[in-house]
Amino acid sequence: MNTAAGADAYLERVPLVLRDAIVQWFPAPTQWLVHHLITVGVILAVFGTFFAFTTIAERKLLGRLQNRLGPNRAGLPWWQKGPKLWGLTQPFADAVKALTKEDIVPAAADKLLHFLAPVLVVTFSLLTFAVLPFGRNLIPVDLDAALLYFFAAGSATELAIFMAGWASRNKYSLLAAMRALAQVISYELPLLLSVVPVVLIAGTLSTREIVVAQGFWTFGALPHWFVFTPWGAAGFVLFLVSALAESNRSPFDLPEAESELIAGHLTEYSGFKYALFFMAEYFGLTALSGLGVTLFLGGWQAPCAFLQFIPSYLWFMGKLIGMIVFFIWVRGTLLRLRIDQLTRLAWQFMVPLALVNIGNAAFWALTAGWTGPLQFVRWGVSIAIVVLPFVLIGRRLNAGRAPRTYQYAAS
Amino acid sequence: MTFALILLSLLILGSAAVAMALRNLIYSALLLIGSWAGIAGFYLWAGAEFVAFAQILIYVGAISMVVLFAVLLTKQGHAPEPVEFNSVSRFITGLIAGGGVAGVLLGAILGMPLEVRTAGTTPTLTVKALGAQLMGPHTAALLVIGLLLTVSLLGAVVLASDERRDQPEDAP
Repeated sequence: MNTAAGADAYLERVPLVLRDAIVQWFPAPTQWLVHHLITVGVILAVFGTFFAFTTIAERKLLGRLQNRLGPNRAGLPWWQKGPKLWGLTQPFADAVKALTKEDIVPAAADKLLHFLAPVLVVTFSLLTFAVLPFGRNLIPVDLDAALLYFFAAGSATELAIFMAGWASRNKYSLLAAMRALAQVISYELPLLLSVVPVVLIAGTLSTREIVVAQGFWTFGALPHWFVFTPWGAAGFVLFLVSALAESNRSPFDLPEAESELIAGHLTEYSGFKYALFFMAEYFGLTALSGLGVTLFLGGWQAPCAFLQFIPSYLWFMGKLIGMIVFFIWVRGTLLRLRIDQLTRLAWQFMVPLALVNIGNAAFWALTAGWTGPLQFVRWGVSIAIVVLPFVLIGRRLNAGRAPRTYQYAAS
Repeated sequence: MTFALILLSLLILGSAAVAMALRNLIYSALLLIGSWAGIAGFYLWAGAEFVAFAQILIYVGAISMVVLFAVLLTKQGHAPEPVEFNSVSRFITGLIAGGGVAGVLLGAILGMPLEVRTAGTTPTLTVKALGAQLMGPHTAALLVIGLLLTVSLLGAVVLASDERRDQPEDAP
C-alpha cells in the first residue's frame, strides 16, 4: 500500500487546498466556522445535484426496463426550439414545479407535527453523510465511533415518517406509519448484525480506518475488499437487502405502497413538503449505498494498484453510482412483499444468517495466520459456514409453502 | 461549557415535565424521545461519544418505536380521563414505590467511589479501550446482562406467541 505517494498526489489534495484558500480570506476567529460551513455547503451542493440526477436516472432506467422511453422532453427554458439534452433538465423543471405548487394542510391535521416531519426527515438523512470517507483526504468528521454515529443518525428518520403518518389524521397515512415502524424494527437488526463482521475484522468503528484496512492488492490486481471474502460476500448481501428495506424501496416499499395505501404517509403532503420527503428518501439511499461502498467495496480504494492515478473521490463516486443503478434495477425487477412475508424474512431468515456470519468472521480472524495449503481449508470452511445455514434454513422455511397454488387463476 | 449544560438540563427536564403533564399520549411519547435525545447530548457534552451514539441508537431509534407501537396498538378512549386523587392508599403505595426506587438509586450513586476530575484532565477514551475494558475486567457483567436480555426476549416471545401454528395465505 503506497498511501504516502497517493496522499501527496496533487489531484488528491485539490479539494483541501481550495478549501484552505477560501478559509484564509476570513478573519482568524471565524475560520473554524467557515471551515465547517464550506464542508456542509459542498456536501449539500454535491449530493443535492446527485439527488437531482438520481431521480432522472431512475425515471429513465425504469422506463427502459418497462420498455418505454422515460422523460425526454425537458430542454432549455426560453429556448423552445433548442436542443432537448435527452431530457436531462427534467429534475430542475420538477423542482420549480414542487416549489410553486400550493401547500395543502388538512384541516384536521396536527399542524406542528405535520410541518416538523419533512424538516426532520431531511435533517436526519443529511446527518449521516458526515462520517462517510469520500476520498483519501476527504472525510467531513473523522469520528472514532463513526459507524455507530451513522446508524444513530439514520435510525431517527423512521421516527419522522411516523410523525408524518400520525399528524396527517388520515387512515392510510397511519397504516403506513405502523408499517414503517414494523419494518424498521425488523430490519434494523439484520442491518446492524451484517456490519458487525467488518468491525470484527477491521478492529475499529472508524470508517476511515475500515477503508484503509481494505487497501491491499494480491499481485497488484486483486483487491482485498471485504466483499471478496466468504463472510464479506454474505454480509454484503445481507446489508443490501436490509438497506433496501431501511430506505423503504421496492420490493420493501410497503409504507408507501401506491396501489394499497395511496402513497401512505405522503398522502396528505403536497408541494415542497412532498419534495422534501422524496429528497430524504434518496439521501438515505445514497448514504446507505455510500456506507456499503465504504464497508464492503473498498471505499475510495482503486480496484487495481496501477489505477491509483485516478483520484480516490472519483472511485468512490463511481462505486456509489454503481450501487444506485443496482438499486434502480432491483426496483424495476422485483415485486412488493406482503407485511407478513417481510417480517418473516427478517426474523426467521436474515437474523439467524447474520448471527452465523459473525461467527464466520470470528473464524476468519482466528485463522489469519494460516498459510500454504491451510489457506484452502480456511476458505473452504468459511464458505461452508455461509452456504450450509443458507440452504438448511431456506429449505426449512420453504417447506410446505411452495409451489404456490392459485385459487382463481388457471395453472 | 456550563451554559451548554444548563441548556441541556432544561431540555431534558423540561421535555420530561411537559411529557408528564400532557394528556395526548403521542405528544408525551415524542417529548420523551426529545428528553432521551437530550440525555445523549449530555453524554456528548461530557465527552462520552460512544455512549451518546449508543443512547441515540437504542433509545431514539429503537425503544421509541416500541413505545409508539404500544401507544398506537392499545385502545385509547376518545375522551381522555383526567387522573384524579381518589384514595389515600393509592397515594401511599405510589409514594412507597417511588421512594423505594429513588432510595436505591440515590444509595447506589452516593455509595459509588466517584473520581472527581477537574476540567482539562478529561481522558481521551477510544472505543477500542472501552471494548477492551468490557471484554477484560467486566466480562462477567456483560455476560449477565446479555443473559438477562435473552431471558426477557424469550419471555416476550412465549407470552406473545399463540399455540396454534400460523396459517399464512400462501400455504398450499
